[in-house]
Amino acid sequence: MIEHTVKAFDDDIGELRALIAEMGGLAEQAIGDAMTALKRHDLDAAARIIEGDRRIDAIENEVERLAVRLIALRAPMANDLREVVAALKIAGVVERIGDYAKNIAKRVPLLEHHGDIEPLSVLPAMAKLAAEMVHDVLDAFAARDPDAALQVCERDRAVDDFYDSLFRLLVTFMMENPRSIGQAAHLLFIAKNLERVGDHATNVAEMVYFAATGIHMAERERGQITA
Amino acid sequence: MTSNHPPKITASHVNVFYGAKQAINDVSIDIGNDEVTAFIGPSGCGKSTFLRTLNRMNDTVPSARVEGEIELDGENIYSPAMDVVQLRARVGMVFQKPNPFPKSIYENVAYGPRIHGLASSKADFDTVVERSLRRAGLWEEVKDRLSDSGTALSGGQQQRLCIARAIAVDPEVILMDEPCSALDPIATAKIEGLIHELKGRYAIVIVTHNMQQAARVSQRTAFFHLGTLVEYGATSDIFTNPREERTKDYITGRYG
Repeated sequence: MIEHTVKAFDDDIGELRALIAEMGGLAEQAIGDAMTALKRHDLDAAARIIEGDRRIDAIENEVERLAVRLIALRAPMANDLREVVAALKIAGVVERIGDYAKNIAKRVPLLEHHGDIEPLSVLPAMAKLAAEMVHDVLDAFAARDPDAALQVCERDRAVDDFYDSLFRLLVTFMMENPRSIGQAAHLLFIAKNLERVGDHATNVAEMVYFAATGIHMAERERGQITA
Repeated sequence: MTSNHPPKITASHVNVFYGAKQAINDVSIDIGNDEVTAFIGPSGCGKSTFLRTLNRMNDTVPSARVEGEIELDGENIYSPAMDVVQLRARVGMVFQKPNPFPKSIYENVAYGPRIHGLASSKADFDTVVERSLRRAGLWEEVKDRLSDSGTALSGGQQQRLCIARAIAVDPEVILMDEPCSALDPIATAKIEGLIHELKGRYAIVIVTHNMQQAARVSQRTAFFHLGTLVEYGATSDIFTNPREERTKDYITGRYG
């Protein structure tokens, strides 16, 4: 992309994009770490994830401050404006994704005896898929690549399918093991959190698509846009 | 056009030359009647030159030559039958630098109606002067000193006086060539408010270097570059999602 005549404008936008990349990386890692802590019942690791979420929250504030300053001082237009607005919204969504990872970490101390719950073996694969969606959608933002954003959206179905099958497995498990309903319920909430992570990654993909093209993904799908 | 009304001005395949140099290259555009149209583009892109073709102001430049057709309400303004003085009453103009006559405020406004014979009695003139100054948002500030010199007013007031002067002959179109570039932000805001007030009563075409101003005051924006019309569309589309790469580069500050 051609540089702005006012070089400081490019610096500001670059800083904004770097912050999004950083907080996205932290959120993605937090999901993976939370699953590892869950599998190993690692309370220290879980505590670190909960603590680490503060950093994601702090970056969100920084993105908001920078975006407001950029709009006030640089009056961005067209694709620049769409990108700044997208960054602002993406920061909010990534913060939520971080919260889901934190929420999973908070359940680690409550899940002491989950080893004998068979459905747990499906959770890490689901978490991996959701974290990859987060990773790839932030790559799409960095590359301003609407096609990559579309591909992320298409993968949300797989995460939803994981959730549906986990739901059935866990309900069956609860019926067969009434004494472990509490544990299984925690796992169900974790599965739900991961399903939400996939939804949020899809939302980010829609923002990336609009920022890059000026067209809403839904309009494209409805065939309203011929371009 | 977005409106159902026929365009006020239709320009077709307009070329303008200054001697051998071509300043405008095959520009075709419709100007709506009840809206504000902004012309934007880098210096030397031809936007002011094109604006001046709309009331034949380029006739005053000896080396200038205009080709193509420009119709005002379907009437070719370059036809030999067109009365240029009458045309400039119908298509008024406000310039970059306020240029009141070195006469009283009253006379500045009454001058046009007098030479065009639009008023005869003192009462007629009083009415047209007050109405024009009111529409230009200047009446309250000058009503007690109408005999003071127009040049004694502040820059922003002078520019509103020039707008009142243009309005006084009851034009159909007002052309504004960077009307705020010599004004401070408050005076600029008053002119912009005035443009908003005048919209609907007159077709307004404004040339501006200030893209925020174009975004604020206009409903349609035309982007000129190197003498060609690159893109013309709804202002909200031009500034959020321009179709042309050159428009995007210009409005986002990557060119110009």
